[in-house]
Amino acid sequence: MLRLPRFRMEVPRTLDEAARVLRELGAGQQDPGTTGMPGMKVLMVAGGTDVYPNMKRRQLTPEVLVSLRRALARDVRADGPSAGVTIGAGATLSSVSAHPVVRSRYAALAMAAGLVSTPQLRNMGTIGGNVCLDTRCNWYDESQFWRTAEGFCMKTHPNVVCRVATSSPRCLAVASADTVPALLALGATVRIQSAQGERSVDLGELYREDGIRYLTIARDEIVSAVELPPAEGWRSTYLKLRDRGSFDFPIVGLAAAVRMDGERVAGARVALTAVASRPILVDAAAAALRGSRLDDAAIEAAAEAAFKAARPMDNTSGTIAQRKRTVSVFATRALRELRERRAEAA
Amino acid sequence: MAKALLTLRVNGERQTVAAEPHHTLLEVLREDLGLTGTKHGCELGECGACTVLVDGVPVLSCLTLPSEIGDAEVTTVEGLAKGPELHPLQTAFAEEAAAQCGYCTPGMLLSAKSLLDHTTAPTREEMAEAIAGNLCRCTGYTAIYEAIDKAAERIREKQPAGARS
Repeated sequence: MLRLPRFRMEVPRTLDEAARVLRELGAGQQDPGTTGMPGMKVLMVAGGTDVYPNMKRRQLTPEVLVSLRRALARDVRADGPSAGVTIGAGATLSSVSAHPVVRSRYAALAMAAGLVSTPQLRNMGTIGGNVCLDTRCNWYDESQFWRTAEGFCMKTHPNVVCRVATSSPRCLAVASADTVPALLALGATVRIQSAQGERSVDLGELYREDGIRYLTIARDEIVSAVELPPAEGWRSTYLKLRDRGSFDFPIVGLAAAVRMDGERVAGARVALTAVASRPILVDAAAAALRGSRLDDAAIEAAAEAAFKAARPMDNTSGTIAQRKRTVSVFATRALRELRERRAEAA
Repeated sequence: MAKALLTLRVNGERQTVAAEPHHTLLEVLREDLGLTGTKHGCELGECGACTVLVDGVPVLSCLTLPSEIGDAEVTTVEGLAKGPELHPLQTAFAEEAAAQCGYCTPGMLLSAKSLLDHTTAPTREEMAEAIAGNLCRCTGYTAIYEAIDKAAERIREKQPAGARS
């Protein structure tokens, strides 16, 4: 039996209570860069599909788990056909991918949420959990036995080198959430709650190019909701490369969204996952598309920009060359698909 | 750490059990309730052998803590048969040799039950999606699809006309 380490569970009933519990436990003072991930004594958990396996492998060994299952909203709220939507962070990936408004107006998100792992894990995992997903690496996501034999890495033991590139000053673990590039392409913001109050940040500002301190928010700040702006005129898609057609994390993920004004591209966003320690919104790709007729030349320029932005390392499946090339192939396919498709909101 | 008293609804019965608070639903089902039909495979959420239904939805018991599911109804493979009468999926799996070593079968049956609860005329694609989280290393899946097809057909035959979906 691969058992969870012992821990104490707190199950607050409301977000306010959760924020208070996290402050009282001193969760915000924790810094995984100093202690390593196993040194984090207070952790939040929602669906548990990533936290519990990591605990079983002793990558995480919290003393207290704060379960957000009761406190988080889990509904998808659309206030009208021309308004945006608010998704409670506790909404399961199954419910997000099946929601009629998400499917019709935010296709990239419905596709990305529907491509996460397996049906069982999508029934359990939440959108908030996916947004805050721990970074992954071949040297980190291994059993305690394997890591004891092969040697630990910087992400669990900060005084040890990065095993992927031994001279790297930072951890190179990979951002691996499927829904994040889709949400970035759709212009999402996240609502964050803590004992200090509530605030909203652009989703892109939530991440940092560091495999250990991959989130910019403090460890007592709760991502409580994801908000999407009105989708009128936008069309979007998501493409994913993984080892097997089901189960696996992405080794490349690309989301693209465009808004046409007549024949011309009025707005565009291209976002990547699994090719760096943070998800990447490729501004140069958007710039190459804006004002164009979404013609082959503009698509090629955008694909080239996405290719340049991707910086995969040799720490997940596939080779560096394959994954970089896939980024440009996916960008081309995604943008051609959007050119063919009718505007979803029309 | 002391054991805690838990009340769970399993296969239609309310059960109170003293269990370690850090034990998963899989561990409590197998070790404390004696329901060993639910299998432990990878225990990391990768194989689907431990699949159970919580309020009819397939989830992995190896990554579920009993304290989180509250009053929800848990269905394990032991809850599929009604007395001596097997569920149509169980009969069809036996007839079509959809189990070889049998280790994935309890989880496979529950994923398939959830599918047939939603539609009694699933396409092959819907079946593939429904069991995408259940690894089988023996059958190659063909016999499993055929068994699900056969069970669906028998369920349809039992349904009154007009109730078919």
